[in-house]
Amino acid sequence: MKTAAPTSTDKPPGPETASHWVSYPRFLWRSMVLATDGNWLFYTWMTVLTAIALVGANVWAVQVRDGMIITDMNDHVSWGLYIANFTFMVGLAAGAVMMVIPAYIYHDRKMHDVVIVGELLSIAAIIMCLLFVTVDLGRPDRFWHLLPGLGRFNWPLSMLTWDVIVLNGYLLINLHICGYLLYTRFQGHAPHPKWYVPFVFLSIVWAISIHTVTAFLYCGLGGRPFWNTAMLAPRFLTSAFVTGPAFIILALQVIRRVSDFHVGDEPIKTLVGIMRVTILINLLMLGSEIFTEFYTGGAHTSSAHYLFFGLHGHTGLVPWIWTSVAFNVLAALFLLCPKITEHLWMLDIGCVLALVAIWIEKGMGLIIPGFIPSTLHEIVEYAPSLAEWKITAGIWAFGLMVYTIALKIALPTFTGKFSMNGSLTQYRPDSSESDATPKSH
Amino acid sequence: MRCNSTGNCDGGCGSVSRRTALKAVGVTLGAAAFAKAMAPMTEWAPTVSLDEFLQKHYKELSPEEMQAVIQRLEKETRDQYGADVSIGDVKAQEGVQFAYALNLSICVGCRKCAEACHKENNHDRASQNSYIRVLEMQKGSIDLEKGNAHYDHPVPQRDKYYMPVQCQQCEKPPCVDVCPVEATWKEKDSIVVVDYNWCIGCRYCEAACPYHARRFNWTKPEISKEEINPVQSYLSNRIRPQGVMEKCTFCLHRTRQGRLPACLEACPTGARVFGNLLDPKSEIRWVLENKRVFVLKEELGTRPRFYYFFDK
Repeated sequence: MKTAAPTSTDKPPGPETASHWVSYPRFLWRSMVLATDGNWLFYTWMTVLTAIALVGANVWAVQVRDGMIITDMNDHVSWGLYIANFTFMVGLAAGAVMMVIPAYIYHDRKMHDVVIVGELLSIAAIIMCLLFVTVDLGRPDRFWHLLPGLGRFNWPLSMLTWDVIVLNGYLLINLHICGYLLYTRFQGHAPHPKWYVPFVFLSIVWAISIHTVTAFLYCGLGGRPFWNTAMLAPRFLTSAFVTGPAFIILALQVIRRVSDFHVGDEPIKTLVGIMRVTILINLLMLGSEIFTEFYTGGAHTSSAHYLFFGLHGHTGLVPWIWTSVAFNVLAALFLLCPKITEHLWMLDIGCVLALVAIWIEKGMGLIIPGFIPSTLHEIVEYAPSLAEWKITAGIWAFGLMVYTIALKIALPTFTGKFSMNGSLTQYRPDSSESDATPKSH
Repeated sequence: MRCNSTGNCDGGCGSVSRRTALKAVGVTLGAAAFAKAMAPMTEWAPTVSLDEFLQKHYKELSPEEMQAVIQRLEKETRDQYGADVSIGDVKAQEGVQFAYALNLSICVGCRKCAEACHKENNHDRASQNSYIRVLEMQKGSIDLEKGNAHYDHPVPQRDKYYMPVQCQQCEKPPCVDVCPVEATWKEKDSIVVVDYNWCIGCRYCEAACPYHARRFNWTKPEISKEEINPVQSYLSNRIRPQGVMEKCTFCLHRTRQGRLPACLEACPTGARVFGNLLDPKSEIRWVLENKRVFVLKEELGTRPRFYYFFDK
């Protein structure tokens, strides 16, 4: 397998002399080899994810054939689990910027070493966003109507066109940053700041924009009082800055267990410091909204009534939202515990709680109650169908596959074990040149 | 994330070729499984012709192209539903602004209008779809929250009044603003229409509409050959494809040719008034000038072209 790239092993040219026409395909080829090689844990993980993704693909194919009648959505609750997950994933993509800011603005060197873990998360999360929107389309075959130039792009009036621009733009920016850094590392060069630092700063602004625009998608609708609040975009961003760091902490914890990539405690401590603030602001904003809704009362607050306490005997979302509130509070308590960075298992639990809490808060607790009661005040409840769960699981599995492969290529490249000069045989994690030691807790 | 050190490692040891073979098997199996998983798509793909896939937006079609599209649609209706229909493309007239008014004092809530809409517009039979919902309202309140669309008893009830709601053909329609692909727009006679062959089915308009006026085709509409209304129009009552939005068009295939909407003709009490706002002698103008009319959710600034009034 390792000799499958004959040109590279026959006469390895020096990095300075190699043309990009030669070295870039070689970089791609070796990345592909690296992405498909691993131990049994890796193969098992990827096989399981592939199986789940295939189940999702199959149900989606059935949905395209038979129509969205296989979902539990209807003309009252016309968006469901797909758009709920889409909203959450935009937050995850934006939240990864909380690694980029310390690394590039505050020149946190330790964070700089692991910032790629966050940037790759953005890529995987945006790909999942695009998939969640695609499976929500009644006519995915007409996607080209959305392409500027080819179709009819209702810009700047429709917020959805803004979302198309910012999401794809964010994907491209991050692909460029990660691709450029990895390629130069592969070549053995030092990356030239001119080619990536401006993009890093652009990506910081852009990260804010993706979740702001996604919030505007909902809060711009006057006919949906539950969404029609100026608080929505700030809340989206705050919760994104909880989920981003939470997911990255968990990813770092896994990376230090299953690979020899060195992950120090400092980046994790920095991320915990960020979460301690954002999770409290998020709770404050939740409290602020609850107060406004319930102290004022009236018909405009019936969605909030339905969500938190049920309305006219309909209580479908009540367990969801109280789970979210409880997990949010618990996660905050865990995170505020002074010794959390010494007891990392507690931190892991706190992060999982925060992720679940905000997944509910941004999905079942935000998208669904916007439709209940309907604009004519009819109450039609919604619970995702099995088909929707399968498609959702499929997209999650696919996203995790993308993230796993991206990390699997990026981490050895970054530690210099995988480069143009050295043939792949030098990529020997257990060799003595390894500058990192696996950590275990 | 790394090779283990027990012999499966890279570097030319004996297991490499076995691993390569296993990878090849894995890739083949994966590809086969993917093809199998996507198989339902291949059953669906033939239902979308290349011409339909490449069809341009309504406003970009030349008269000849429109003619070809209509012939294709008529043929598809014949092939799929067994019915011979004629699909027109009747355009808006100059100097016409349609508006609707409804007398809440005499509406009895019989739902004849909703039923007429169901038949006229070739709605899906299975879901009993209609563009009109009739709310049973509590006397003493015009709060929609006190309304009930699911009443099932003789009408009219003494302490109730009845409010049919359909597309308000807003002057500032939020549904049109939010559409990412301009698949829905307001025609110059004030009717908001959908190009069913351009809509991508994102349902953003359905979320944006404050009047629950829009419907989605969750599956392919089901309607028997005998029940199909063969007098159809491209922008209104032709049988809609699966996966796209639809809405009330004030029966533009009728009203643009001087007829009245089906819901008005079906109303046994004469509660409905339809006409041209720009015609000073029209009945609708008389209602607006002489009755105390109101519109639904005026505070949202959508400026509906659908007016309600009480007689006494």
